[in-house]
Amino acid sequence: MFRAGCMGLLALAMLRIGANADDRNPLAGTAKAAKAGEYEFRINCALCHGLGAHGGGRGPDLTRAVKKHAHSDAEMFQVISNGIPGTAMPANGTNGQGVGMTDEEIWQIITYLRSQEVKVPANAKGNAARGKDLFYGDANCSLCHMVAGKGGRLGPDLTAVGGSRTREAIIDSVRNPSRRLAWGLTEATKEFPQEYESVTVVTADGKQIKGITLNEDSFSVQIMDTSEQIHLLEKDNLKSFQKSRQSAMPTYGTDFLSDKDLEDIVAYLSSVGAK
Amino acid sequence: MTRGAANQRIERGWGRISEGSRPPWKSGASGPGRGDLPGAGFSHGGRRGLKAFPFAVREAAREGPLFHVGLRIKAAILATGLFGLMISSWGQAQVTFERLVNSAKEPQNWMTYSGDYAGKRFSALDQINLANAHTMVAKWVYQTGATGKLETSPLEVDGILYASAQEDRAFALDARTGRPLWMYQRQLPGDIRPCCGRVNRGLAILGDKVFLGTLDAHVIALDAKTGNVVWDRVAADYRTGYSFTVAPLAVKSLVVIGISGGEYGVRGFIDAYDAATGERKWRFYTVPGPGQPGHESWQGDSWKTGGAPAWNTGTYDPATNQIFWPTGNPAPSNRGAGRAGDNLYSNSLLALNADTGTMNWYFQFTKHDEHDWDATQIPVMIEAGGKHLIAQADRNGFFYVIDRTNGKLLSANAYGKTTWSDTKDAEGRPVANSQSSPTLAGRTVCPGALGTTNFMAPTYDPATGLFYVTARDQCDTFSTAPQPYEAGHAYYGSAYFPSEEAEPYTGFLKAIDPATGQIKWKFEHTSPTWSGVLSTGGGLVFSGDAEGNFIAFDAASGKPVWHFQMGGAVYAPPMAFAVDGKQHVAIAAGSAVYAFGLP
Repeated sequence: MFRAGCMGLLALAMLRIGANADDRNPLAGTAKAAKAGEYEFRINCALCHGLGAHGGGRGPDLTRAVKKHAHSDAEMFQVISNGIPGTAMPANGTNGQGVGMTDEEIWQIITYLRSQEVKVPANAKGNAARGKDLFYGDANCSLCHMVAGKGGRLGPDLTAVGGSRTREAIIDSVRNPSRRLAWGLTEATKEFPQEYESVTVVTADGKQIKGITLNEDSFSVQIMDTSEQIHLLEKDNLKSFQKSRQSAMPTYGTDFLSDKDLEDIVAYLSSVGAK
Repeated sequence: MTRGAANQRIERGWGRISEGSRPPWKSGASGPGRGDLPGAGFSHGGRRGLKAFPFAVREAAREGPLFHVGLRIKAAILATGLFGLMISSWGQAQVTFERLVNSAKEPQNWMTYSGDYAGKRFSALDQINLANAHTMVAKWVYQTGATGKLETSPLEVDGILYASAQEDRAFALDARTGRPLWMYQRQLPGDIRPCCGRVNRGLAILGDKVFLGTLDAHVIALDAKTGNVVWDRVAADYRTGYSFTVAPLAVKSLVVIGISGGEYGVRGFIDAYDAATGERKWRFYTVPGPGQPGHESWQGDSWKTGGAPAWNTGTYDPATNQIFWPTGNPAPSNRGAGRAGDNLYSNSLLALNADTGTMNWYFQFTKHDEHDWDATQIPVMIEAGGKHLIAQADRNGFFYVIDRTNGKLLSANAYGKTTWSDTKDAEGRPVANSQSSPTLAGRTVCPGALGTTNFMAPTYDPATGLFYVTARDQCDTFSTAPQPYEAGHAYYGSAYFPSEEAEPYTGFLKAIDPATGQIKWKFEHTSPTWSGVLSTGGGLVFSGDAEGNFIAFDAASGKPVWHFQMGGAVYAPPMAFAVDGKQHVAIAAGSAVYAFGLP
């Protein structure tokens, strides 16, 4: 889900006030703690952040030296302990994955992450200013996607995506949008299970509605149609209900969007998302 | 019981009810309040309304139960006698072992985790049935105030509902209204090691006490009328990873309970405590020590951290005085290297003598498990074709039918997506193939670590002869890496991830014919659910979903006939009871317990 944004920053500000952990990692720099942290990371974090902390479908690359939500060790401790409200990042022990960690184990994970950080980030290849022009212009991204409150609603809000997804994941999502829909959350963090599945229904009076699912259960479905109208429907009353994991987003091949153009768009999203 | 004696009991009963139900804010009485319950210290309340009560009884008798209840309730009333029912409906009778053995005679009550000793989770009540289920309404909701997964399966005895919640809460409610009589919450240490949420799956009741296993590995007896702690025993050191999440099982004079901690490399055990005193009467170690049979199935010292927890409630056969209790994964869960061998008695069904805890036989579902496939699913006792059987839908994806007189396997059939086994051994047990063992880079295996099913309680309906179980199709990538054991730290031997290729995961309610292992029908949920299942004499099966719906299905066809949106995901099994002659179906969802009935 691409739903980090301001909520996370606000939450971080609140957490700072409430911080009660040691300011410094008592295990900083010790190899044994880093190794123990690697075990803990695999059990508790790798589901979303990937093996080696390089980022997965659901969580950002944590080998980046500059992190969006936590800079100091104490901030990392708070984020791991309490999660980041408004994002898929759960509080320690509440995500159904892994066992929950003691304070010592959280410090071990921080030690591990520090040991994995790439100190010099790769220079962004693209031109962010040009990427912004493309996003809101010829590439048509903003017809469906919003960044910082501007753009369409049919696809995920991309304000935070540059900070929460790897460059490779963003490129893959543009080139192969149906390979994975906007990553659905796992059940434990499923408060909002929107997965942008494509849907076509025919109502009792024969009206066809095409769009994406905002939500669904066994008996009802909430749809946004292609003109951003919301339809609240009971499945029993529909003539037909067809759902597809073929993304509503067109596949952007290199014939339509060159590699350079895409790099520029990624640079734009990264410049926004890192804020 | 004579009529006169019944009246006396009723009068005493009224005194209690008056104390408990009188709004404390009107009484002006002050007392040692407990928890959040306003004025919970009402034990010195008066006896107002004593004289009026017999009239109320007569009114209830004329207007109430007898004219509207289903056949089974009528039968229960006739069996118990009218006044017997009246007394029991005010929560006064002791819950004797005889009552637990003969629970079928009082279908209005739900006195054990699964509703009976056989583990069927079947209610004979038929007042709510196929014809009228579509009219069901919510009767009350009780908010626990707890966060996380509410996995509890309530008990109901004589008009009072007892349940647990996260962080070792326990509470008693007026089953007619949902109003609390008492609440208890344990003060847990800050450094407990719950593996999978600060959850609890329920209580046991015996005599005048209810029993709770706690996350810091204590067993606690609470007074059923007040929630006061009667005794408190330490089973193990929580700091090394031991905890309780299971609903205990009361058998004879004992409280039987199994430990959790398979993710921490504990040495699993099943304990039995004297219900009256809390004295531990026996312990069965699920990982045999040196010199004991089965010890040779562990490499070196690996038995010391072998896991094999016992965190779901077993069943009991009064005819043979045997407890059937299932066990969980060997530790470390995702690494077999270092613990070569079958790793007995992990992932096994144990038949234990109830008095002594000695093992009569065992059956191991998954040998030398490397996928966290705890076999802790409810071992349901069923009778078929003149045979005494146990049916278990295992986490590893196979549905097993076992002769419970000797532990011999009769059949094992896949009931979900499985890739780990292509062949069976001479006994008919599925055997792991060479492609299922985890590697460092990871190997995709179905089912995933969460299993085809998990702790979700299944049900067996004697009328349809079908076994209903919540199932999931999901494949995971299992990665393994060496990990040294360190006491109190998670001990997985690496990790598992949902397989990207296999998304989305699907979840079902499946009806399995135990005679053939065939799926009679299945209902596909929008996403996999953690809800258990209840079947009833009304031809219905009840279950919940991850989207918050509580659903009644036609037990024969699987067609949903009613649903209610509860606003929170379901991690608990439903149960049924009747109070004042009215059938209710209850289930936990979100952070609340819901009770439903006819309008």
